Amino acid sequence: MCTYVTETMPVAGSAKGPTGWIRVTDASVYFDHPVHATADHTLNIDLRRPADGPAARVGVELTADSARALAESILRVLAQSAGHGAA
Amino acid sequence: MDTSICAETVYLTGHGDAEIEMYVARPQTDERRGGMVFIHHLPGYDRETKEFVRRAADAGYDAACPNLYSRVGRDVSPDDAAAKVRADGGVADEQVMGDVRAAVDHLRGLPSSNGKVAVIGHCSGGRQTFLAAATLPIDAAIVCYGGLIVGETPPQLPSMVPLLDRAPDIGCPVLGLFGNDDQFPTPAQVDEIDKALTDAGKAHEFHRYDGAGHAFFSPDRTAYRVEAALDGWDRIWTFVGTQLAG
Repeated sequence: MCTYVTETMPVAGSAKGPTGWIRVTDASVYFDHPVHATADHTLNIDLRRPADGPAARVGVELTADSARALAESILRVLAQSAGHGAA
Repeated sequence: MDTSICAETVYLTGHGDAEIEMYVARPQTDERRGGMVFIHHLPGYDRETKEFVRRAADAGYDAACPNLYSRVGRDVSPDDAAAKVRADGGVADEQVMGDVRAAVDHLRGLPSSNGKVAVIGHCSGGRQTFLAAATLPIDAAIVCYGGLIVGETPPQLPSMVPLLDRAPDIGCPVLGLFGNDDQFPTPAQVDEIDKALTDAGKAHEFHRYDGAGHAFFSPDRTAYRVEAALDGWDRIWTFVGTQLAG
């Protein structure tokens, strides 16, 4: 399967890559062939700073189960942190 | 038998007079032969596609793969370039066809060329190969599990418009290779493509493999299916052996 399903959005924060920290401004989320992971298809996230060129990117390729568990964990942690700036 | 090949990167003028990069592999023998242009998949101008190019050279063809993401920059890694292109909504068909035309012309201009060139692509490259068959003066087209020849355009990739209505414009024989477990395209969508070509009176042969899904030609992926892939390569060599004969 090659879904072509891609979502992009602005984000605010930082991500660390091999050359150091990147103040990221954009994210892409898609389900497609990975470059490096061994599953046929993975949930892929690119945290990017396009202003610094295409290499200013931290890429993540997770199995669908891992991605779902991570997403649920993120939402759970944010919910538990309501009142501490995560509302 | 001399099985030497030479693989190298060349630069040529693509769509819109832009400089594009292209990977080329050629047998190191003197006889005249056909050419094969590979259209890389959405994940980019990667090692896997370059291995396909060398395999075609090993089979006796002048082979090339233009980097459809060349405009992102010369020193950008293929995966970073693919990430940027994806985030930007893909590459317009017109630009892809211009770059593929430049690759076809390059191969036809080689001293070893017999004048005949096939285009082959996998996944999104399969879709673009279908379009090349309807758009460019080529001698054969090989569509490997081309997605979105039929179906709905994904909202975030507006460049991926369906192409089934272009079937009457197809100008060369088409070989199609598909997995019956694939969802992009589904077996029912492959039926639609097959019917559209039949209704348009276009020469084509489709082979469909049980137990194989999308990307069954990819040896580095768990999707690889050795029986389907090896039979598929045999079908490809038989097809181009006929269509590209000098």
